[in-house]
Amino acid sequence: MRLLITGGRVIDPASGVDATLDILVEDGQILQVDKRVQGSGSGGPGKNKKPAGRDGQTEIRVIDATGKIVVPGLIDMHVHLREPGREDEETIASGTAAAARGGFTSICCMPNTDPVNDTASVTEYILEQAKKVGRVNVFPIGCISRGHHGEQLADIGDLAAAGCVGLSDDGKPVMNAELMRRAMEYATMFDITVIPHCEDLTLSEGGVMHEGRVSTKLGLKGIPSAAEAVMVGRDILLSEYTGARLHVCHVSTTESICLIREARARGVQVSGEATPHHLILTDEAVRGFSTNTKMNPPLRSAEDVTALREALIDGTIEIIATDHAPHASFEKEMEYDYAPFGIIGLETALGLILTEFYHTRLLALPMIIERLTTNPARILKLKHKGTLVPGADADITILDPDQEWIVEENDWQSKSKNSPFIGWKLKGRAVMTIVAGQVVWETS
Amino acid sequence: MALKRKDLLTIRELESDEIHLILDTADSMKEIASRDIKKVPALRGKTLINLFYEPSTRTRTSFEIAGKWLSADVINISTTVSSVTKGESLLDTGKTLQAMRPDVVVIRHPVPGAPKILADRLQASIINAGDGAHEHPTQALLDLLTIRERLGRLKGLTVAIVGDISHSRVARSGIQAMRKVGMDVRVAGPPTLLPRHPEELGAQVTTDVEAAIADADVIMMLRIQRERQGPTLLPSLREYSRLFGLTVERVKKAREGVLIMHPGPLNRGVEIAPEVADGPYSLILDQVTNGVAIRMALLYLLTGGHAATN
Amino acid sequence: MPTEVTMKVSEKAQIMDAAAIQRALTRVAHEIIEKNKGTADLVLIGLRSRGVDLARRLSQRLKEIDGAHVPVGALDITLYRDDLGRTGRHPTVRKTEITFSIENKKVILVDDVLYTGRTTRAAMDGLMDLGRPRVIQLAVLVDRGHRELPIRADYVGKNVPTAKTEQVQVMLQEEDGVDRVVIMESTTDDQ
Repeated sequence: MRLLITGGRVIDPASGVDATLDILVEDGQILQVDKRVQGSGSGGPGKNKKPAGRDGQTEIRVIDATGKIVVPGLIDMHVHLREPGREDEETIASGTAAAARGGFTSICCMPNTDPVNDTASVTEYILEQAKKVGRVNVFPIGCISRGHHGEQLADIGDLAAAGCVGLSDDGKPVMNAELMRRAMEYATMFDITVIPHCEDLTLSEGGVMHEGRVSTKLGLKGIPSAAEAVMVGRDILLSEYTGARLHVCHVSTTESICLIREARARGVQVSGEATPHHLILTDEAVRGFSTNTKMNPPLRSAEDVTALREALIDGTIEIIATDHAPHASFEKEMEYDYAPFGIIGLETALGLILTEFYHTRLLALPMIIERLTTNPARILKLKHKGTLVPGADADITILDPDQEWIVEENDWQSKSKNSPFIGWKLKGRAVMTIVAGQVVWETS
Repeated sequence: MALKRKDLLTIRELESDEIHLILDTADSMKEIASRDIKKVPALRGKTLINLFYEPSTRTRTSFEIAGKWLSADVINISTTVSSVTKGESLLDTGKTLQAMRPDVVVIRHPVPGAPKILADRLQASIINAGDGAHEHPTQALLDLLTIRERLGRLKGLTVAIVGDISHSRVARSGIQAMRKVGMDVRVAGPPTLLPRHPEELGAQVTTDVEAAIADADVIMMLRIQRERQGPTLLPSLREYSRLFGLTVERVKKAREGVLIMHPGPLNRGVEIAPEVADGPYSLILDQVTNGVAIRMALLYLLTGGHAATN
Repeated sequence: MPTEVTMKVSEKAQIMDAAAIQRALTRVAHEIIEKNKGTADLVLIGLRSRGVDLARRLSQRLKEIDGAHVPVGALDITLYRDDLGRTGRHPTVRKTEITFSIENKKVILVDDVLYTGRTTRAAMDGLMDLGRPRVIQLAVLVDRGHRELPIRADYVGKNVPTAKTEQVQVMLQEEDGVDRVVIMESTTDDQ
C-alpha cells in the first residue's frame, strides 16, 4: 500500500521545508517529497485512484491535501495512559485513539500506572499492548525511583534496554536531592533524559490551586510558585553538576522560566515543556469551583501565563505537551479538595494552540509545529520521528487550520471527559492522522 | 423587594440592597424572641435540613432554633469527613436529600465551594453555614446586624479584624459584607496567618495590632484555630497572645467605648482576655442572639424569595 | 394578590374625604366607649401599617372624650398570613411593637379596610401568641364586603358596597400626606 499526499502545504521544521509539495509514502516510510511526485494527478480530488506504481501494480491511495497543512506526526511527550491499573479511566487502546484524533502519532506514557513502570516487564507489557491495540506509537517513560517512592533508584539500565525513552517519577517529585543527583549520573550512562516533576512537597502540601489573588478570595489552600521553582533550580544545578540531560515537565511559573532561561544561556542541557492549559487558562478559572480546573501544577496567575507564552515564543520553552490525565467522572465530581489533579488534553491540544497562538498571530505555524514535532523528537532521541525527510517514518498529520469546531462534553475518543474546555469553540484541527503509512484517523 | 437568588452561598454574590433587606427583616424577627410563645406559623409545613460535615454547636443550634421558631420541621444530619470519604459522596448525599423534598438545606463543610455542589443540583434553597476557609455569610450578616443595632448605622464605620485571616471564613465573608455597606476594614495578624494577597479582600493590612485598632469603632477578634495550626505557622500561643491578644491594656489604647466582637467559641486568655470578653462593650452575646434573627430572616426570605411570581 | 399581569388601575370615585374620616373616627370612638362602658382595660392594636395610624388617632379621640390613655401597639401579621408560599414572593416582614401585656385586656384590633377577613384571622392568631386577651373587638374604617371567613367588625367607619374588581385605597396624612378614601378600578385581561 502506498500513499500519495498531494497539493498540501508541507511544513517540516527539521528540514526547513515550507512549500506546497507532494509526499509519497511506501512501506511505512517517506519515499519522496517533491513539487510534483510522479503519479500524482494535478487536479484529481478522487481517492484510491490506481495510477501506476513503481512496479505498475501496487495499489496507491491518493489523498488530496489541497488547502490543508501537512506536517510530521505530532509527538506528545507527556501522557498518562492509566493502563495497567485504571483501565476504567483510559487504556492504551482508548488513549492512543484519543491521540490519533488529536493529530498525535507518537506519545510518551508516564510510569505512574499500577503497577508503576519501574521494571522492564512493565515496559514490555506496555509496548506489547501498544503493538496489539495501539493506534499510534507509544514510547514508555520509566521511573526514576523504584516503586515511584523516591527512595531508591529504579533499574534504569533495564528500563532503557526495554525501550524507555526517558525517566520520570511524574505525579510526584523526587524530594531526595541525593537520589536525584545519582539518578542523573546513572542516566548519563544510557544517554537518557531525566524528566522531573518539579514540586517541593513541603511547600505545596495540602494545596489545591495556585497561591495568589484567587486563592485568597476562595479560601482554597494555595500552592506557591516557589514550590515549583525551587525544585527547577535544584534540578538545574544537579544537571549542571552531573552533565545529565534535563527536561522539566509542565513548567508553570515565571520563576521557573527565568531559571531555565539562565541555565540555557550558560550551556546547561535543559529543556522545558508547557501544556496548552497552562498557556491558556489562569487561576481565575477556578472561581466556579469546577474540579476540571484542578491540576498539578495548578493554573497560575495571568502574569505567569504571559511569561509562559513569551517563553514558548522565544524558545525557552521548546515543547508543547498535554499532560493528558484522564480521571473518572465520579472522582472528579467531588468537593474541590477531594478531587484528583489532572485533565485530559490529547484531543483539544492542537485546536487550542492553533486558536490561541496561530490565529492570534502570536506564533507562526512552523514554530508551532516545531514545538510539537521536531523538538520532542530531538530531546527524546526518537529516530526517524518528527520530520518528513525521505527515509523518515511515515508519521504524518494533515491539519485544517481553519476548521471550526466545538468541544462537546460527550464526544471523546478518551474514556474520560475531564476537560475544562468543554463548550469552547476552537479553530483548527487534525483532519487526518497517518502512522507508519496507515491512516489511523480521519474526519468524516 | 426580595432576594434575587435561590441560595445563599457567599457574601460576594449579594448586592447591598439585599444585605439591607436581610438586616431589616432580621430586625423585625427579633421581636419573636422576646415573646413567651416563640413561634410563628410562617414556615409551617416546610422542611429544613441541617447538614453538618464539621462539628458545630452554635451555628447548628442557631439554624435549628430559627427554623423551629418559624414552625419549620428541622432535621439535623451530622457527619464527619472521614465517614464521608469512605462512604457516600456529597453529590450522592445531595441526590438522596433531594428525594426527601426539603425546602432548605443548610450545609457546613470543610471544603470551599462544597455548598455550590448542592446548590447546582438541588431544587431546595441552600444556605452556606461555612465552607472551609471560604465564606460564612450568615456570620457576616449577624455581625452587621449587631453593629447596626448598637451604633445605629454601618456606613463610615471602621472595623479592625485581628487574628488568623488566612484560614478564616468569618474574615472573608465579614470583610466583603462590611465593604459592601460602606465600612472600612483593617486586618491585622502575623504574616504566616495572612493570605497571599490580603488586599484582594478589600481591607487594609498590617501586622501591628495596635495600629489596626487605633480609632476603630469595632474590634473583631478571630479565634485561633488550634487544630488548623501547623508547627510552622506560629511558635506558640503564648507568643501569639503577647503580640496579638486583645488585653485590657490594648483596649485602653483604642477609642473610648470601642465595641468588641468575636464569632466564638472563645479561647479566653489567648486571643482575648476574659475581662475584655465579658466587659461592658463586648457584643459577643448579642452576636449569638442576632444569629437566630438573621437565620430566621434568611429562611423566610429564601423560602419565598425565588418562587415564580405568578 | 399582586401578579406580574399588567393592570391598569384608575380612580373611580372618592368615598370619604378628610372630614368624613374625622367624623367616622369620632363616632367609632364614642361607640367604643359606649360598648365597653368606658375605657378601662382597653388597648388598641393597629395592623401595619395604616391600621396603626388609625389606632393612634382613635387613642387620641378616646383621650379627648374620656380623658384616659389607651395604649397603642403595632402588629405585623405577615408571618401569620395563610397565603405564604402560595403566591410567590414573601411580603416584607415589619416589626411588631407591642410594649404592654395584652393578658386579660380588651383588645381592639384596628385596620383600614375589612375585605375577605383573612387579615383579621391572621391578626387574631398573632395576638393569641402574645397573650390571652379577655376580648378582641374589630374596628375598621371601611367595610367593603366579600367576606371569605365568618368575621364581622364591631365598629365600622363606613360600609361601602364594592365589586371584586375594585380596590379600596385608604390614604392617611401620616403615610400618604392626605386623608381620603377612594375606590380604584382595575382593568386587566380576564384570566
